[in-house]
Amino acid sequence: MINTPLTIKETQDGLKSKKFSAVELVDSYLAQIKKYNSEYNIFLTVTEELAYKKAKELDQIGNFSGPLSGVVTAYKDIFLTKGVRTTAASKILDNYIPQYSATTVKKIEQAGGIIIGKTNCDAFAHGASGENSDYGATFNPWNKEYVTGGSSSGSAGAVSANMSLVSLGSDTGGSTRQPANFCNLVGLKPTYGAISRYGVIAMSSSLDTVGSLAHTVDDIEIMYDVLKGEDGLDGNVVNPKPQTLNPKPRLGIAKEYFIEGLDSEVEKMIDSVKKTYEKIGIEVVELSLPHTKYMVPVYYIVMPAEVSSNLGKFDGIRYGNDRSAFGEEAKRRIMLGSYVLSAGYYDAYFEKAMKVRTKIVGDFNEAFKTVDAIISPVSPTPAFKLGENTNDPLKMYLEDVYTTTANLVGIPALALPSTFSKSGLPIGFQLMGPRFSEYNLFELGKKYHKEIDYKPKTAF
Amino acid sequence: MQKYITIIGLEIHIEPNTKSKMFCSCSQNHFGAKPNTQTCPICLGLPGALPIANKEAINKTIKLGLALGSKIFEKSYFYRKHYFYPDLPKSFQTSQKDNPFCVGGELLGKQINHIHLEEDAGKLIHSDNTSLVDFNRSGCALIEIVTEPVFHSVEEVISFTKELQLIAKYLDISSADMEKGTMRLEANISLANSKSQTLNSKLPNYKVELKNINSFKFLEKALNAEIERQTKALDSNEKLVQETRGYDEKTKATFSQRTKADSDDYRYFPEADLPPIHIGELSISNFQFSILELPAKKRLRFEKEFKLSKDYIEILVSDLERANYFEECVKQSSNLAMKPSVKLIADLMINKNLDKEFPEPAGLVAKLYALSHREYAENNTTENAVKQVLSENPEVVISYKNGKGQIIGFLIGQVQKLLKGKGDPKLINSKLVEKLREENF
Repeated sequence: MINTPLTIKETQDGLKSKKFSAVELVDSYLAQIKKYNSEYNIFLTVTEELAYKKAKELDQIGNFSGPLSGVVTAYKDIFLTKGVRTTAASKILDNYIPQYSATTVKKIEQAGGIIIGKTNCDAFAHGASGENSDYGATFNPWNKEYVTGGSSSGSAGAVSANMSLVSLGSDTGGSTRQPANFCNLVGLKPTYGAISRYGVIAMSSSLDTVGSLAHTVDDIEIMYDVLKGEDGLDGNVVNPKPQTLNPKPRLGIAKEYFIEGLDSEVEKMIDSVKKTYEKIGIEVVELSLPHTKYMVPVYYIVMPAEVSSNLGKFDGIRYGNDRSAFGEEAKRRIMLGSYVLSAGYYDAYFEKAMKVRTKIVGDFNEAFKTVDAIISPVSPTPAFKLGENTNDPLKMYLEDVYTTTANLVGIPALALPSTFSKSGLPIGFQLMGPRFSEYNLFELGKKYHKEIDYKPKTAF
Repeated sequence: MQKYITIIGLEIHIEPNTKSKMFCSCSQNHFGAKPNTQTCPICLGLPGALPIANKEAINKTIKLGLALGSKIFEKSYFYRKHYFYPDLPKSFQTSQKDNPFCVGGELLGKQINHIHLEEDAGKLIHSDNTSLVDFNRSGCALIEIVTEPVFHSVEEVISFTKELQLIAKYLDISSADMEKGTMRLEANISLANSKSQTLNSKLPNYKVELKNINSFKFLEKALNAEIERQTKALDSNEKLVQETRGYDEKTKATFSQRTKADSDDYRYFPEADLPPIHIGELSISNFQFSILELPAKKRLRFEKEFKLSKDYIEILVSDLERANYFEECVKQSSNLAMKPSVKLIADLMINKNLDKEFPEPAGLVAKLYALSHREYAENNTTENAVKQVLSENPEVVISYKNGKGQIIGFLIGQVQKLLKGKGDPKLINSKLVEKLREENF
């Protein structure tokens, strides 16, 4: 077994210099999966055959010039993979074999990526801990007593447990950034309309984005280059004009983010981030996002409304299993969503939420007139213990207080690992920028990591 | 005075003749296709699939709206309309609600509420104990024209529907064929007591929706049967309820399909997967430019320009191809020295179906030319032939002189025979009369 590198560049350098072959890479990742998967419940399906097929193909051609050539990739199980079971971690789709692959799966395949398997997640991406999976919770590789975060629990677990070099998740309200944050990874929630959602099982259509997870900002950038752009299948995707970072960038921190319930270690970390940027000559100012307190209420009206609509197709006629196979959280969201859309309640809930959403967008438009990006916690606390929040859905929903923003506003957000808590759990923060400012966020993220001398690390 | 006033509002669905379905690239034309051969992840509503709006369908909807004088929204949205049915694979129909493409407008003095664009559902096929679903029609584009409740007779409904059908054909939006299902009609009917209510007062507190009307014959029968049913019910003080009814050809009566408790709750909300559609001023003026002469205008022009009878005009205008054929014939024949009357052209088309015989207008014009410019035998040749026939038939000449005037017909026939049919009948007649007078036997 080889020691698998933790960056795309090192991986490709190794392949190009024949230090190891793609097949050997696959051997190593599979060995790791075999060793730890039953314990950590990270993969729902391991695509050993497909991984070897692609690796052999790459080795045979011997050309690793594709941007993701030889990059072993894990997919959250809501990405459709033609001919490979895709469950959304719900028993409803227990035996579902898709007839086509998601655009993003195809793009990674064409760029030379190797599929290693389909990862566990909260069923239909409903959750912030991974505990809502109908196939059982994923355990945090950094500490088995803790959750990985969710809903892209397995995608974060796979990369931090060295079972895959990178992974795709989805981010509807923080589902990529929060698990990245709990597992010491870089996670990107792109601009709504930057990456095609075609072939990703829909959760909330106005909020869903394709997230990516990796060890470094460089790798996230390489993935973004491959994934972005029009495919003619997602009507919201556009090819934007490239943006360049202001030579004298300014960052902002919203005073509304320092709320009750914000962990003191997280708060301290935000302060250290501020100081780090100031040290390298980047100004950090305080600003106000007055509608911050409405973020979670608005999210928990818009999201369930769209969920209730998107899950309607699982009506028991197609896809094998009837509606009794829906888990508790899915049922809760279907009921909430149907209620806020019902005649007589639509105006009071959905319509009103949409109006507040417009106000929230207004806050950010205003803020981005004075700053280039906003520094924010990803979640109020480091990873919590399994079972800690499961009996209190409302407490669980508060996990989303910092992450739902970027989804409601449609802007990009980059979660960055920063440090570890006293108890040894990863802590990080996020940068949010205006629509299509991904490259600026990458640049700012790299500056930070360079300054703190960040080194990618796996849990084992 | 009639005891009740009939109040009818229409919802007319037109399947536009686009190349592809509303949100995917499957074929829009599903007529006669083998079940489930024209489907894809999008129109099957498979997980992960997303819609892309069909520009051609949007253009056709706007074209129809402009033709009917509707206001076109600059920014239009699609909505999700939720209901459960096995032929609706996404569990919602993508339709429109607020800001549909067209609002208002009128036709034959009847106000239109709005025109919107949506997708069709699949088709259920019931046989024995099984029900099968054919998804070929699922996701097909559908234009819906919703009128105000302003019809007061079955005749008004029929002429409105026929005129709309004609306009759809003129604009090349749809074949608007009721039998093939490219035009479907639903009528909301209620009766108001004419004593207690005037036409402008409040509508009755119920309406009956008549569904799945698929021919004009059927439409007339179904509406009349329903009006009769409601009249009888009101006469006997029965309370009429809000419901959906169908028409049974065998019993010649309508039957209840579904009663509606209050209104349906479709849980409409904006479809985020389809960005708002912006229709700029520029594209609207382009459309206006491209809308050709509509039937009403054509009727007026034909009356003014050609002075044809109303019946003739209606026959020609009701078929755009025939109207164009007619005009082409008039144009081409105007160059002929002996200009045929437009009435003759219309006659030959309508009564003799010559437009069917000659697929090209030039063919019919050639025929007209042949008729009007027949090359008769020359004067001298005719005179010689007359002389010959008279000398060869002395006994006929005698009969003529003895008063048998009608025998001249035989002589004309003999001359024509000699001239191989090329004689001018008028000229032969006059020459014969002249010679018979001259020859004093």
